[in-house]
Amino acid sequence: MSIQQTDLYAIALHHRFQWEEAQNCYVILFPEGMVKLNGGAGEVLNMVDGKRTVTDIMTELKAKFPDALDLEQDIIGMLELAIEKAWLRQIN
Amino acid sequence: MTQASLGQSVVQKEIQSQNNGVAANVTHTQPLWLLAEVTYRCPLHCAFCYNPTDYDKHTQNELTTEQWIQALRDARRLGALQLGISGGEPLLRDDIEDIVIEAKKLGYYSNLITSGVGLTEKRIQAFKDGGLDHIQLSMHDITEEINNFITNTKTFELKKKVAAMIKNHGYPMVLNVVIHRYNIGHMREILEMAEALGADYIELANTQYYGWSLVNRSQLMPTKEQIDEAERITNEFREKQGSKMKVFFVVPDYFSDRPKKCMNGWGEVFMIVTANGDVLPCHSARVLPNIEFPNVKDKGLDWVWNDSPAFNKYRGDRWMKEPCRSCSEKENDLAGCRCQAFMLTGDAEGADPVCSLSPNHHVITKAIEDSRNPVIASQPIIFRNDKNSKAIIAGELNDRVKEFHALP
Repeated sequence: MSIQQTDLYAIALHHRFQWEEAQNCYVILFPEGMVKLNGGAGEVLNMVDGKRTVTDIMTELKAKFPDALDLEQDIIGMLELAIEKAWLRQIN
Repeated sequence: MTQASLGQSVVQKEIQSQNNGVAANVTHTQPLWLLAEVTYRCPLHCAFCYNPTDYDKHTQNELTTEQWIQALRDARRLGALQLGISGGEPLLRDDIEDIVIEAKKLGYYSNLITSGVGLTEKRIQAFKDGGLDHIQLSMHDITEEINNFITNTKTFELKKKVAAMIKNHGYPMVLNVVIHRYNIGHMREILEMAEALGADYIELANTQYYGWSLVNRSQLMPTKEQIDEAERITNEFREKQGSKMKVFFVVPDYFSDRPKKCMNGWGEVFMIVTANGDVLPCHSARVLPNIEFPNVKDKGLDWVWNDSPAFNKYRGDRWMKEPCRSCSEKENDLAGCRCQAFMLTGDAEGADPVCSLSPNHHVITKAIEDSRNPVIASQPIIFRNDKNSKAIIAGELNDRVKEFHALP
């Protein structure tokens, strides 16, 4: 599996991504399970909306976290993990 | 933000609970899962039901719709996210639609856990419109004979219809099959049936012995060889069909060397509100001695979760005895299940007797032997119904419960 710059992803069917005030983090909810996402992971998935390409996500996160090192690699890593876990579906 | 911090934190936190085959998080204690056991009434009479055998006491004093809605709000404020609407058969209440709407409004990921009896086109449409996220349907076997026998009802055809209805409404198909002596030989066929029904998830839940299933333990327990074979078939099936359908195989603790980390720890992530409003850290906690469980009619859930003596009683490890206290593996299982320890040994603070290091492990060995003893195993199954519940309360079935330290 390789992620292309033009790929479009959305949260997978039957999954819900939301901010949780009580946990102070983003979560993914799905049948029989849930995962809490730490700050960085949550920020990446929060950009995944079926409209932003991978390039868009990188550009926006770079603007938001100008000091982060290896940001592109991290974003790709997070997307790969989320795809492997079936939290995301590709829509193009 | 580094690769490690992104990836690891996610993966480390996804922990497989052995209790109900569900994935859950461990965190500083916040109730992530709320199980609303809205009624103990049930049209099915399953021999393996984990509900208390004296449930008949709790069928006339169920919480009102308003009380459920208040409980949902309070639990959500504490951090609860996953909501299971269960029973008994929740569909016997006519206010599930209202509960679903409120759950959606509050931001729960909601799950209706049902036998399918009472699910009509009209109701499922109302659930969809109200924002119910998924439906977990119990299935029992590929054969009409075993389905109808173990549930003591004629529900085989109905379940297939309900499965199709769930799919047609765009819901993920989540099947739960409780595994026991009568269906464990059909594992491959059960998995194929699930695939044919278009299941997204299937939970193969080996019977755990609480409530009615404890009373019927000798009649339900499969052999170790059957379980090994069932697990082999499950793994083979997983390899063959890939990730299209997620298959959870809940390992039966009686045949393990170590106990399950029951509920992911007492008062760690789960909170159960029962039909009459009692709040419990696990399904069968009411069997335990010297604990008063709070009721939502008297106390707010914030106090219950954070401050009540009941929810704090078995948090951490200060309550543990040897051999658990100094055991290097104690963090893995937190000494196992308190209810099982008490029911089978009379010591609620002792090691779960499932553990081979427990001084009481012989009670498990004996239970396995009994289940293979043709005289004991041929005693009749006591099906879960109102008549039998009344009989158990009245002490009429004492010979079947006398070996346990509380009424299952």
